[in-house]
Amino acid sequence: MSQSAPIADSLDTAGLARRAWNSDLAYSFRRSKVTVVAGVITLIYMLSALFAPWVAPHDPYDLASVSIMDSFLPPAWIEGGDSRFLLGTDNVGRDVLSTIIHGSRISLGVGFASVFIAASLGVTLGLISGYVGGRLDAVIMRIAEVQLSFPDILIALLIDGVIRSILGPGAHGNIAFVVVIAAISLAYWVQFARTVRATTMVEKGKDYVQAARVAGKGTFYIMFKHLLPNVMGPVLVIATISLALAIVTEATLSFLGVGVPPTQPSLGTLIRVGNDFLFSGEWWITLFPGVALAIMGLSVNLLGDWLRDALNPKLR
Amino acid sequence: MAKPPLLEVKNLRVEFPTRHGTLVAIDDLSLHIDPGEVLGVVGESGAGKSLTGAAIIGLLEPPGRIAGGEILFGGRRIDKLPDAEMRRIRGRHIGAIFQDPLTSLNPLHTVGRQITDTIAAHLPLTPRQARARALELLGEVGIPAAAERIDHYPHQFSGGMRQRVVIALALCADPKLIIADEPTTALDVSIQAQIIVLLKRLCSQHGSAIMLITHDMGVIAETADRVAVMYAGRIGEVGPVSEIIHKARLPYTIGLMGSIPSIGEEVERLVQIDGSMPRLNETPPGCRYHPRCPNAFERCRTERPDLMPAGPSRVACWLYDSPAEAPAARPIPAAARATGGHRARGAAAAATLIEAKGLKQYFDVSPPLLTRILERTGRRIVRAVDGLDISIAHGETFGLVGESGCGKSTVARTVVGLFDATAGTIDYDGVSLSTREERARNRSVQQKMQMIFQDPQASLNPRWRVFDIVAESIPEARRTKAGGFKERVGELLRQVGMSPLDGDKYPHEFSGGQRQRISIARALGGEPEFLVCDEPTSALDVSVQAQILNLMVDLQRNLGLTYLFISHDLAVVHHISTKVGVMYLGRIVEWAETRRLFTRPLHPYTRMLLDAVPDISKTGTQRAQVEGEVPSPIDPPGGCHFHPRCPFANARCRGESPENIMVEGTSVACHAVQEGRLPAWKTG
Repeated sequence: MSQSAPIADSLDTAGLARRAWNSDLAYSFRRSKVTVVAGVITLIYMLSALFAPWVAPHDPYDLASVSIMDSFLPPAWIEGGDSRFLLGTDNVGRDVLSTIIHGSRISLGVGFASVFIAASLGVTLGLISGYVGGRLDAVIMRIAEVQLSFPDILIALLIDGVIRSILGPGAHGNIAFVVVIAAISLAYWVQFARTVRATTMVEKGKDYVQAARVAGKGTFYIMFKHLLPNVMGPVLVIATISLALAIVTEATLSFLGVGVPPTQPSLGTLIRVGNDFLFSGEWWITLFPGVALAIMGLSVNLLGDWLRDALNPKLR
Repeated sequence: MAKPPLLEVKNLRVEFPTRHGTLVAIDDLSLHIDPGEVLGVVGESGAGKSLTGAAIIGLLEPPGRIAGGEILFGGRRIDKLPDAEMRRIRGRHIGAIFQDPLTSLNPLHTVGRQITDTIAAHLPLTPRQARARALELLGEVGIPAAAERIDHYPHQFSGGMRQRVVIALALCADPKLIIADEPTTALDVSIQAQIIVLLKRLCSQHGSAIMLITHDMGVIAETADRVAVMYAGRIGEVGPVSEIIHKARLPYTIGLMGSIPSIGEEVERLVQIDGSMPRLNETPPGCRYHPRCPNAFERCRTERPDLMPAGPSRVACWLYDSPAEAPAARPIPAAARATGGHRARGAAAAATLIEAKGLKQYFDVSPPLLTRILERTGRRIVRAVDGLDISIAHGETFGLVGESGCGKSTVARTVVGLFDATAGTIDYDGVSLSTREERARNRSVQQKMQMIFQDPQASLNPRWRVFDIVAESIPEARRTKAGGFKERVGELLRQVGMSPLDGDKYPHEFSGGQRQRISIARALGGEPEFLVCDEPTSALDVSVQAQILNLMVDLQRNLGLTYLFISHDLAVVHHISTKVGVMYLGRIVEWAETRRLFTRPLHPYTRMLLDAVPDISKTGTQRAQVEGEVPSPIDPPGGCHFHPRCPFANARCRGESPENIMVEGTSVACHAVQEGRLPAWKTG
């Protein structure tokens, strides 16, 4: 048996990094080329979203720097393009590349926030449903099933509409973000709840839970201390896949005009705006945000697929 | 040599390439099987027994591969054959029986179809002839009303019956060799006995040889002609069965034999082999057993021994090397078993610690209300425990035995309060703990009961550190630094033979035996007086089982614990218990002091179990065959539950449920005993 130093006293970071690199998860990541590419792309998106003001060549929201004279410039490599605007400019002369970078910041932000809320809600309800069982379980699961029988986007639209009509037509600005995030999270909690419930029901039969009961531990202690860490594997997978879905859902809502406010456009908003100019020949205004969204969704989704395969012991 | 062996394996090497390097699972293994012979292959889990079998029939799971050596069947090399040809040999010439009868039959086809398909694949018979042969085979393996049951699906058969069908399937092309991989492990003792008898009889009728792979020395002792003992991917000793059992030469075999509890003798402690089998990626140099071997010397650490003759056996051990090495200088080991007075047996009666009266635990497994109304069916109630009386005195070990489904585990869980009893009372040291309210009110009393579970994989939370797992049962009040909380956990770990440093690790870093020790440490954290042990050793290998049983005996002596020990293994219960109760379908049919129960059993069921146990003391003996299987507790037979299987049943047994009566210190529930209809138990 190898001797190990007390954990709290010395955390060997180099050793930890080596262990992480050698872990089965990292190994399966390295082995799959597609996943590595998807991972790198996702990382680029996240970094550029995080540091958008420094990464973007222009500030598309600084009215002083935007000139109407530069509007409708095609991408730089096409005749008539301007080398200052790599992917061209839109109808008010904003740099398309910069709007994409700022737009993906909003898309990712909304995506992460809604997945986090959906996961917290779903995991809690799933744990309660699976561990307590009985009528509570029946009620929660019937709600989930009713919701599952409608398309997610419809649910999101419905919730969005309901919240907006409650808040009144003046609800703009930051409150609009909250509304969108709430709508998307309420549309996506079901997957979390159902999966966590199923895993909980398997885990609660195991003897370590019985042992905790014999030791006199309470329901909530067992649920959150014992069961929660053991149901997090599948949650991580669903969270990653849901992230891709949430981003696309937000884009759809924004495309339909009920998403984030137009003053802070997300990728969906950009696509909608550009759509108006598609038939007059200014295709780049809508194409590039569309491509950016597609690549982002695809990369995150591929990561989710890999995580699902890597964490599923049956497929190993 | 006059006749070539049926199967010859020469220098077989099986490897598993992994990204951490190649693991050698079987290293330079040679064996042979003669026609009609039963070769037993024993070893603890991970020794490579099953892999050897799989390599012979060409069913190694990738990425495992045969990396060296050859396998000859009837003088023909079969390890390099293409798949198509191997398929013709498999089934036709080499049959296979696997452990789990639940998964080795296709649930979507009738058993008849599965057998006729196999026959058709190997023999030139018309469908009609094939069916006739299938029928004949089913009759041979003892399926009653075969003509009718041939068109049934596997789920309509019980576990024992299914294993019979699997045997019929293996025999259907009259193969010369059958590879039976743990054929009885998943079955109850009484069924196990039936299957062993059947397998042996059929193979001698058909002239088939068997390679019997098992971890159970009892099964080997009764069945095999020769035995090969495997350790860490190599054969350690091979020889005639009586030599191996009674005159083992390899230190490992000697230790293994000593660590098996036997009904034939009473010992204080079992022989203990410390440590556990090395993992494949850390096999030691030289003899693989040397780190655990009490007789190891310099040469064992550096040089790998090959099989060398020693008496009628062959042993891979340097102790038996040429006399030039002066073996007399080294002691040839002998089985060291501390025999003698059995602990606490026949001790003066102590005060009762825990008493359950009329305990009942019913489970409602009814379909939903709507289904019941539509299908006009009533409620379905499983009577897992149905009126059970038990009383355990201070410092006693009460062993509870019975076959699977008899309600043993339910008793354990009801007693510690995991289930609310449907009826009956539980008194602990004068405090009533029968209902949830009473248990909640008497938390501190309740805390004195702790439990040890069967499956060491599932009983420890995989995401917790060992420290936190062990600390869990320590009462909140003591979880302070001033109370020596950290030291207490270290002390608990030391008590079960582990190091306090192990607290920083996660359960998956430990072997099964070590995990069971952690599980015991956790139970001890609550400073219990009474430990309920639900099959604590059935998931462990025999040498590890001996360690755990010895530990439990030591703890009992040092801490004055009282045990309720639940097991299906009569030999283990015999070894550890002071009193034994035999359970059948939710009731205790007989209980008495251990020695009394095992020497003068009264109830026909107890006698049947004792007859059925494979035990190493029964080497080469014939066993009495036991009929029937345990009925479902949903719809138990009326009257005495045991009457359909009982040879002494009469009209009264069928109609009237027997009460417990005391006969010479034994409490027994049987009309035949009461009326004096029962013949005396054979002695000796």
